[in-house]
Amino acid sequence: MSEEVTTPKKAKRERKPREKMPEQAPEARIHNFDEVPFGYTEQQAVAEAERCIICKKPKCVDGCPVNIDIPKFIAQIRDGDFLGAARTVRSTNSLPAICGRVCPQADQCEVLCVEGIKYEPVAIGNLERFIADWELANDAIEIPAIPPPTGYRIAVVGSGPAGLTVAGDMAKLGHEVTIYEALHRPSGVLVYGIPEFRLPRSVVAKEIDYIRQLGVKFVYDVIIGVTITVDELFEQGYHAVFIGTGAGLPKMMKVPGENLVGVYSANEFLTRVNLMGASREGYDTPIRFAKHTVVVGGGNTAMDAARVSLRVSGNPVTLVYRRSMEEIPARREEIHHAVEEGIKFDLLVAPLEVIGDDKGQVKAIKCIRMGLGEPDDSGRRRPVPIEGSEFIIDCDTVIVAIGNSPNPIIPRNTPGIESSKWGTIVADEETGATSRRGVYAGGDIVSGAATVILAMGAGRKAATAMDAYVRTLPLTRRNPYGDT
Amino acid sequence: MHPLHSHRVLAEKIHEFWVEAPLVARKYRAGQFVIVRTHDRGERIPLTVVQADAANGRIRLIVQEAGKATALMAKFGPGDSFLDVVGPLGKPTHIENWGNLIAVCGGVGAAPLLPIVKAAAEAGNNVFAVIGARSKDLMILEDEFRAACKDVRISTDDGTYGMKGFVTDVLRKWVEEGQKFHEAIIVGPVVMMKVAAALTKDLGIPSLASLNPIMVDGTGMCGGCRVTVHGKTFFACVDGPEFDAHGVDFQELILRNQAYRDQEMRQLEHMADDECKLEAQLHGEKSHV
Repeated sequence: MSEEVTTPKKAKRERKPREKMPEQAPEARIHNFDEVPFGYTEQQAVAEAERCIICKKPKCVDGCPVNIDIPKFIAQIRDGDFLGAARTVRSTNSLPAICGRVCPQADQCEVLCVEGIKYEPVAIGNLERFIADWELANDAIEIPAIPPPTGYRIAVVGSGPAGLTVAGDMAKLGHEVTIYEALHRPSGVLVYGIPEFRLPRSVVAKEIDYIRQLGVKFVYDVIIGVTITVDELFEQGYHAVFIGTGAGLPKMMKVPGENLVGVYSANEFLTRVNLMGASREGYDTPIRFAKHTVVVGGGNTAMDAARVSLRVSGNPVTLVYRRSMEEIPARREEIHHAVEEGIKFDLLVAPLEVIGDDKGQVKAIKCIRMGLGEPDDSGRRRPVPIEGSEFIIDCDTVIVAIGNSPNPIIPRNTPGIESSKWGTIVADEETGATSRRGVYAGGDIVSGAATVILAMGAGRKAATAMDAYVRTLPLTRRNPYGDT
Repeated sequence: MHPLHSHRVLAEKIHEFWVEAPLVARKYRAGQFVIVRTHDRGERIPLTVVQADAANGRIRLIVQEAGKATALMAKFGPGDSFLDVVGPLGKPTHIENWGNLIAVCGGVGAAPLLPIVKAAAEAGNNVFAVIGARSKDLMILEDEFRAACKDVRISTDDGTYGMKGFVTDVLRKWVEEGQKFHEAIIVGPVVMMKVAAALTKDLGIPSLASLNPIMVDGTGMCGGCRVTVHGKTFFACVDGPEFDAHGVDFQELILRNQAYRDQEMRQLEHMADDECKLEAQLHGEKSHV
């Protein structure tokens, strides 16, 4: 008789476990840079989409910095309308194949999923990746009809996630957009920082192609603030400038020995391998082939550095982080992959000194064990050194992945742009407007080191504000910055 | 792409190029450098800019063959192009009217020093220079130094030209003769800079050194160019390349610059062309102290 008591709706809903994405086996993938997860099959994607209850008041959307209509695209996948789903995603996200791979979905959309309260959240990130990959594989990207040229010209500084988003959005509105990139290749951190096994170059290249097809022009090897100043951009007739130069200045540990040979910033190590092809046959940039690497840090960059080092050297890698697994900031998936690959985690450990041999080469790192005290400003429990717990880890390479500061070039070389004591550019949270008329900023250069999707969210807001701004300007005026 | 307009060999393994790089030429000031990549799989390497011709959109580079990238450049001629030329990077030299400036260089260090010397002379300084080389054949840019300086003295390790000995011997002698110097600028192999900086410290002459650490991007992103000055870490690409010579940890710089020496040597050995099988001793570090 009890069946009659339960509501029919609930009785019908059978709870299925989350579809697992097939992956390259750890023992195989540590020898290559191929992507680790293979992606969902169509059947898996539909099955996962069926797990979504399509809430009337979906919370997941609130967690998405670019407000993708998540229930809509999931329902479209469920109904087999992949093209429709792709259109839905792309209407708010210009780089879905990238976001599907590198967004911290577990902390954003998925954490708010109703299914997750009592059970497992819907794999929104995996579904986004599926639909973006489907779109790329089927050449189904629709280049939207571009309105007639407005005559307004926009300069975007930096071709990372923030800059690409602004450029894409502005081009779609009919503005003429040029992206200036300091390196010789587009995409900023997406190519120099994030390794191929997490974000294949071919995927990035296709997304860049899309931006290019919107009419955006790319100029490489030009450092705005140095090669061309912001003032000169206005003199050249740009009506507005967006600064998305990111947080690319590595923080160091400030411990003795950190300039020994064999101590890398994660940026340097990853740039050598990811951007410059070091370790690959036929490429000239050198890299150390470590016997034992110690990576310091607990973010995604630390995981990337550890896993890249493992692949480059084929030798053991130990990661030290000063808090516990509970506070570690990297994506769960990356931690899981690193553990599977045999990266050794030495948690609640802080470096004290890098020790060198008589040739100035790293031979060990001296560390201390930490306990956790009361929560600090960040809300995480403060690590406290345990007296007398010092110990030595023998190693020949140390990679420091404890964060990045904003790149100083633009704040240093651009009069009238207010920056904070942390070196970030001060910009309005809703519009990206800086203290200088016509100059907008967003992404890590404003927020400090954060995520790809937050940079894109900032880019989106700035694009809306910049569009409104430039339309107030007379087209004839060569230098809209004028006398301010 | 950056076409080469000329390539001239100034001395053994020392090459001069005029390269098209209009944006760099327009902005270049003494003390700055560029990052060059010759081909798609090549390294990004920092190179000295000796002169800029803004009107014609060209810059003059002087390059010493040391690793594979520079050995390859040595084979480039007019009609060839460098793939990327980025810059001008680094802070321009801070130049004021100090009075008597002594400019000290060794080997190919004469190249970065020349534009600084010219700028200092234009700013009203009496510029004196000491140019050192291993031997007479390796002396470069002497005439141009003479044109910009009040006086130039030479030393060679083997005594084939000028005073036999090191730049420090010349400098010491000059001071003993009663010549006063108010400021020094030192550029060259790190060992030379180390010894020269120690001497100017003894002599009480404030000194700048232009450093040449290993670099990747040149924009502050990689941190590979870390140098210690007065106990603090700086990034030579955005904080330098010039620093107070009396605070630089030259020993650390020497070690850091050797980080990839073995790999560089292997690469050179593997270069297909026999001409380019360079020997280990051409590495710039140990010459002309």
